[in-house]
Amino acid sequence: MSTFSGTMRCSSTVGVNIGVLALQGNVSEHIHAFRQALTGMGLAESSRVDTLRHPDEIGALDAIAIPGGESTTISRLIIKNRMYDPLASFSGGIFATCAGMVLMATGVDDPRVATLGLMEMDVTRNAFGRQKESFEADIQIKGLDKPFHALFIRAPVATRTGPAVSVTGRIDAGFVALEQGKHMALAFHPELGNDYRLHERFIKNLI
Amino acid sequence: MKLEELRFGTELLKRGFASMQKGGVIMDVVNAEQAVIAEQAGAVAVMALERVPADIRKAGGVARMADPEKIVEIMDSVSIPVMGKVRIGHFVEAQVLEALGVDMIDESEVLTPADEQFHIEKTQFSVPFVCGARDLGEALRRIAEGAAMVRTKGEAGTGNVVEAVRHMRNIMGEIRALQGLNSQEIVDRARDLEAPAALLAETVKMGRLPVVNFSAGGIATPSDAAMMMQMGADGVFVGSGIFHSSNPEKMARAIVEAVNHYNEPAVIAEVSKGLGDAMKGLDVHLLRDDEVLQYRGR
Repeated sequence: MSTFSGTMRCSSTVGVNIGVLALQGNVSEHIHAFRQALTGMGLAESSRVDTLRHPDEIGALDAIAIPGGESTTISRLIIKNRMYDPLASFSGGIFATCAGMVLMATGVDDPRVATLGLMEMDVTRNAFGRQKESFEADIQIKGLDKPFHALFIRAPVATRTGPAVSVTGRIDAGFVALEQGKHMALAFHPELGNDYRLHERFIKNLI
Repeated sequence: MKLEELRFGTELLKRGFASMQKGGVIMDVVNAEQAVIAEQAGAVAVMALERVPADIRKAGGVARMADPEKIVEIMDSVSIPVMGKVRIGHFVEAQVLEALGVDMIDESEVLTPADEQFHIEKTQFSVPFVCGARDLGEALRRIAEGAAMVRTKGEAGTGNVVEAVRHMRNIMGEIRALQGLNSQEIVDRARDLEAPAALLAETVKMGRLPVVNFSAGGIATPSDAAMMMQMGADGVFVGSGIFHSSNPEKMARAIVEAVNHYNEPAVIAEVSKGLGDAMKGLDVHLLRDDEVLQYRGR
């Protein structure tokens, strides 16, 4: 299990190689956010953040980001591009937001999405309803001293978790921030703001 | 978290929703069966209509918002976002679609305009809007009114990509031509474009439109879709091109894959094999002025 305290030390000689799954969704925002976070941590020079489009690129990566988008579309394209098995057996960390969180789950309420089963949790897609129920709120995240301003856009929630999962954020409707080993799943969109604390914590857990 | 501290319908949420559609294909559908085909093919959203644009052209008369019953039928059939079209300036049709709970409203030139002077004041709505544009000035005016997404207009219902290409080249070229202008020159240029200077300055700084920009109006094949992506579109709308082709399921899947692999000609070649007939299409030069949809709204 990783720690949540953020006490691990970063050496400037340690870099990480991050691939943002670029099948559909807000890919460029994730690349930008990770680059900003790495710059803030003094790791920009030694690290690499790029798009991930082909299964043969996965082996060289320390981490993968699965962005928000439409989970039915991304799920279909993962299978079509022969990325399902390499992703499901990936040994690095995965940073998954919104649709990405749905894909990480062991269980989902919808047969239209083939999840990767990498985190022991059941998720509900579009748990709040349609776009008009999308909202912004300040939420508490375990390990962060100040609240995180979160955008929930047709967001999922996790309703049940297994023992390997740590819930780090919850709202009335369910669990919205979760970690399992090096993986982090978020129902909201930290890549759409300029607060990179969660990206930084994910990177710290990798090294 | 207290309920009164939640904020709904903000600019950030509207633009965020649009951002989630990037790299995707949004398909026109007229019933639940077509919506399911679109979703299974990998569409990121569907546009719920009573008729696709090619059939609106044929039908003539005044084209209005679809029957709410039709829209609800489609909303109930899929899990992906559902969009609906309203007439340019028809803010009550927009209120109706917002009340139905559609995920995005297209204020569209494909329908007969309700107001020849004003577009809808989109900042007054909590639902995000997409609007058509033929050039940078038009795009920025729509964004200033509150559009969370722009789509180049092209010429809907023709199956002819030539106008989509023209409008994408216009917008991209105009943005490239702005690079290096100082703040005084930007204000001057904004006056020519009839667009707010602050939005133009933001566009110059970003080197792109400040909201997601899709391509629409005439895309009929996987190659058409990939070409628009290579020209800088963030995603594509396909209207009549899918359900007016001889094998809609196959065409829908092929266009989704072509958009996903828009820079890989070998993949586009593979998915383009044996698709049957694309929609027949129209030569836009043979249209009478009153048949050209892109002239609606400015």
